[in-house]
Amino acid sequence: MSAPSLPDLAGHFGRFGGRFVPEALIKALDELDAAYRSAKRDPEFQARFQDLLLNYAAVPSLLYRAPRLSEALGAEILLKREDLNHTGAHKVRNVLGQALLAKRMGKPRVIAETGAGQHGVASATAAALLDLECVVYMGETDTQRQALNVARMRMLGATVIPVTNGSRTLKDALNEALRDWVSTVETTHYLLGTAAGPHPFPELVRDFVGGIGVEARAQCLEQLGRLPDAVAACVGGGSNAIGIFHAFVPDESVRLYGFEAGGDGVETGRHAASITGGSVGVLHGNRTYLLQDDDGQTIESHSISAGLDYPGVGPEHAWLHDTGRAVYEPVTDAEAMSAFQLLCRTEGIIPAIESSHALAGAAKIAPRLREELGRTPTIVVNLSGRGDKDVHTAGAYFGLLDQVETVVPGENT
Amino acid sequence: MSIAQTFAKAKAENRSVLVGCMPAGFPTVEHSIEQMIAMHEAGCDVIEVELPYSDPVMDGPVIQRASDIALANGVRTRDTLKIIEAVASAGATVVLMTYWNPIEKYGVDAFARDLAAAGATGLITPDLIPDEAAEWIAASDAHRIDRTFLVAPSSTDERIAMTLENCRGFVYATALMGVTGARKAVSSQAPELVARIRSIDPEMPVGVGLGVGNGRQAAEVAAFADGVIVGSALIRCVLEAPDRAAGLRDLRALSAELADGVRDR
Repeated sequence: MSAPSLPDLAGHFGRFGGRFVPEALIKALDELDAAYRSAKRDPEFQARFQDLLLNYAAVPSLLYRAPRLSEALGAEILLKREDLNHTGAHKVRNVLGQALLAKRMGKPRVIAETGAGQHGVASATAAALLDLECVVYMGETDTQRQALNVARMRMLGATVIPVTNGSRTLKDALNEALRDWVSTVETTHYLLGTAAGPHPFPELVRDFVGGIGVEARAQCLEQLGRLPDAVAACVGGGSNAIGIFHAFVPDESVRLYGFEAGGDGVETGRHAASITGGSVGVLHGNRTYLLQDDDGQTIESHSISAGLDYPGVGPEHAWLHDTGRAVYEPVTDAEAMSAFQLLCRTEGIIPAIESSHALAGAAKIAPRLREELGRTPTIVVNLSGRGDKDVHTAGAYFGLLDQVETVVPGENT
Repeated sequence: MSIAQTFAKAKAENRSVLVGCMPAGFPTVEHSIEQMIAMHEAGCDVIEVELPYSDPVMDGPVIQRASDIALANGVRTRDTLKIIEAVASAGATVVLMTYWNPIEKYGVDAFARDLAAAGATGLITPDLIPDEAAEWIAASDAHRIDRTFLVAPSSTDERIAMTLENCRGFVYATALMGVTGARKAVSSQAPELVARIRSIDPEMPVGVGLGVGNGRQAAEVAAFADGVIVGSALIRCVLEAPDRAAGLRDLRALSAELADGVRDR
């Protein structure tokens, strides 16, 4: 069982986690670790963080009982509305926490990696708010796919650097951010976007986003008078999932489900399901499950959701999987898109395609839980982000865009 | 020759050791063998074979590009072992540099065994720190492979001491805070770092890498280091050559220039 004492002092969750980085970064990681530990105990830092969450980011987010979705799925579905946060996703919690930490360490510059651009936009937002210089690395392929997010980051004052190495996607952006950091570590904080990477990032990011689960747990007790039967979240790097899982880990009656991006189907090899379709290895500074070939070369991931399109996963998920405390299953692109449409039509909420994987997963486990429990199950789904950014992808997927004209309402105006 | 013997011989000759780096399988297996043997013949004391990896976070654009080409041409871990065997058979002292995941995937003990059988004397691990290296330390002891870990200008004295305790053969001092690639000027942080290493362990040979690209810079580094490690500048000879013959000629010429440099300190 997950004790709050994990990871250990060297960042290990059982055999996972740790630090697999060049020695040049160790001092910076040690400093970050020390700064984080002192901030954690500092009531002033915590008060500032909570104040920003409450008055700037609109957190705590609602826990919304979704009546028509519940009816459609045959389960009582409660949506943790992280999509209503400022910047439209759970990620604002992490960036505010880390940007405050950068300030505390006296570092005037932050760098970030981004795939679809959500973490980049969130980082640029926090940097603007706290007056930090911000440089975002983004794979060249992604800068073309997500031109609007590139514009958003630039509007917020960030510099966006297209990465032309390797597959020109998220993993290469992460490599490039690490390379920048090795050269600039004296003045720069690396604002890592998920609960992965070298220690202390998996722990620190988990703690900054951990409010999701703390709030959801309290909201369940308040609204239902009891805990839910299950909690469901999507898993790419895994920050929204660890954020909602963590507070529930000691509650053994609450089942934890992580839904990975199954792409075209895990059996096709075109997916991003690191736990269900990968194996144990080392990537981006930690030991975890990843997509790799027989020689340990990273395999490119595939998902309709850019935010889940990453070939690794945070080490705490690897550990929760090994211990059996959480269950990880793949959800295909098609299943996710069908859940996307269902939420749009039943609740008038356009979810992020990432979060649609969690919704699709909830639809899968609902009948199983109902059979197992002999009653209607209660499932909390982390609606980690809103779907505005995905309107173009979803519009194209469902054939809703008029011919060649691809004006996206609210996006291209 | 073992790494220790190579460094002892150079010391007796009052010069530094020249370590030349080349990715395995770049641009093909056969060509990389030919290039490494040319480097050996032209004066590189140690051939540092780099195992191409998909996510080389410690490397700059030149080595990344060469690694990408090697991988695109289908090089496998077992090819790297074959290349080491061919280059060691030609009389070169060979060490391997690799990111950690390919070794973990191969099996740590099996890799140490096969690396030793192929004739490599040591392994440089840019993203494996001694703190995480228990399995590698056991395997390298069992199969008598020298261990080179990295130290950096940002390393504390405590970490340098701990790293030196776990090194065997030589320690790799990263001359500056950055990634691989030739620079216009030799880092001013390097001599200071080497002095800190020597004050902690005067016996351990120190190789300095990152940024050296010509004979003059090699001489500058040789003035304070036991070994001069050159990668990107050598690789660029091949990358930028109009044809193979020109690439090999440039590679030999630069190796010879660097070899003169390490003797001119």
